[in-house]
Amino acid sequence: MSEVKKVATRDSYGNALKELGHEHPDLVVLDADLASATKTSIFKKEFPDRHFDCGIAEGNMVVAAAGMSTMGLVPFVSTFAMFSAGRAFEQIRNSIGYPHLNVKIGATHGGISVGEDGASHQCCEDFALMRSIPGMTVICPSDDVEARAAVKAAYEMQGPVYLRFGRLAVPVFHDESYKFQIGKGEVVREGKDLAIIATGLMVNEAIEAAKTLEAEGISARVVNMATIKPLDEELVLDCARTCGKIITCEEHNVIGGLGEAVCGLLAEKLPTPVRKVGVNDEFGHSGPAVALLKQFGLSAEHVAQVAREFVK
Amino acid sequence: MNQQEKQRLAIEACKVRMGIIESTHGAKSGHPGGSLSSADVLAYLYNKELRIDPKNPKWEDRDRFVLSKGHAAPGLYSALAYRGFFPVEDLPTLRHIDSYLQGHPNMNTVPGVDMSTGSLGQGISAAVGMAKAAKYLKKDLRVYALLGDGELAEGEVWEAMMFASHYQLDNLCIIIDNNNLQIDGSVDEVMSPYPIVDKLKAFGFEGACVDGNDFDQLEAAFEKAKQTHYRPFAILMKTTKGKGVSFMENQVGWHGKAPNDEEYAQAMQELRAKMAELEAQA
Repeated sequence: MSEVKKVATRDSYGNALKELGHEHPDLVVLDADLASATKTSIFKKEFPDRHFDCGIAEGNMVVAAAGMSTMGLVPFVSTFAMFSAGRAFEQIRNSIGYPHLNVKIGATHGGISVGEDGASHQCCEDFALMRSIPGMTVICPSDDVEARAAVKAAYEMQGPVYLRFGRLAVPVFHDESYKFQIGKGEVVREGKDLAIIATGLMVNEAIEAAKTLEAEGISARVVNMATIKPLDEELVLDCARTCGKIITCEEHNVIGGLGEAVCGLLAEKLPTPVRKVGVNDEFGHSGPAVALLKQFGLSAEHVAQVAREFVK
Repeated sequence: MNQQEKQRLAIEACKVRMGIIESTHGAKSGHPGGSLSSADVLAYLYNKELRIDPKNPKWEDRDRFVLSKGHAAPGLYSALAYRGFFPVEDLPTLRHIDSYLQGHPNMNTVPGVDMSTGSLGQGISAAVGMAKAAKYLKKDLRVYALLGDGELAEGEVWEAMMFASHYQLDNLCIIIDNNNLQIDGSVDEVMSPYPIVDKLKAFGFEGACVDGNDFDQLEAAFEKAKQTHYRPFAILMKTTKGKGVSFMENQVGWHGKAPNDEEYAQAMQELRAKMAELEAQA
């Protein structure tokens, strides 16, 4: 079997910005002294006159981006998820969300796969925070192809968007013909016994889990739910009707993220048993990213185990 | 400034003050004190300084004004209404359910409001973003932001100031309304921002200290701002909170309290007398 190509979606972010920058002179990028980590350095190298370093001052950066958007620019404001969704939450809420400004928040280093930096930098609360802002679109792409497409779609859409990218290189399973659409989930694999609805790097884990389960006679549908808000309600309901059981998978606290978004919908429209795979309301800690993911149950093995017990 | 122009501006400022009393009385809440201390500079900005077009509030090349001390919304709304952005008669609907005049400035519902504000420290950040964008877009426009002195306690204000001087935003002019009072008391008691001038200098600002209720001094400061290159400009205005309504002047209690019917009548009587006096001189 040939080696699977792996790319960190933060690299996809930087590359997509550079590509878009050539077509759109109104696209500007702001960063808070993390350009080499968020990969906006790729854009900066190409367009130094419209990459604005704001220093380690995220609150000001986020609102300065809001001010720029009122002037007709399309700012991508970039830092780690912890320091945008987390630290600058209220600035995002009041100065981007409330006036519904056309600012794109490129948040890298989401989740515990940040690794060695530990809990202070491992943001597992961003979906919850950003979902709670009226009018905010929340996207967590699963691989390089989707991440680049999502950046493009975010630029093309009018209104605030929160994009979460990862630090860890993850397998690229989409091919370039993949058509990403904001608000639409993707059935990656068909199945009938249960549906695994995953987002971000957990989509690949879900695919691997489904392969294992298939060998054991369990047929699992796998859905890539890159857009967490607005949720593709039709697809979730279809999963409930077709499979009758749903597992959600996310590199996020089980409180407030994709799992609760799915449960909230199902509770009102089509009560269906759900198991939530995610970070179980605890902080992460230092360690190699892949080892951490396994330890916190964010692995194909754990998803498969949850599925086995679920369909028993 | 000639006497005629000064009188014209004084009349406009008196109208702004009447609008502040009308709107906060109509709202039965809101912030008259810090609106009244800013009334003169708001009248100056909207009737002399800003390049704006009330018929085309979204004109791309207009100057921008951000009310960073968003609680002075009654002052801003009043200045906008008397400048022709929307009917003066709507001012008393301030804060009413279903009124477009939200308690704090809303750029999507109020014509002429350039940025939604209210959470302190954020308006100045939006303003530096606008000024930087104007530079990038090579637009010859200026950006103004009005801050409170209590607001200076917000760390984000200083983040924004660093950004302004780092990017040499000489198209930016911030104005600090130093009325020396905030909700819990005088600013030096609550959390002293003094010495403000030294701090502004240390953050790379050129500036001027003025009596914020004096049009000659305001004019000199705004002209100096336009002559300043490569550095952002700050106008530190000494003002009187509640200025123009005798029983509100320098009273901390009038930060966020509306006049009742009796107080409203007295305030309007004082302002009408002032207006008659100004018109007699004109």
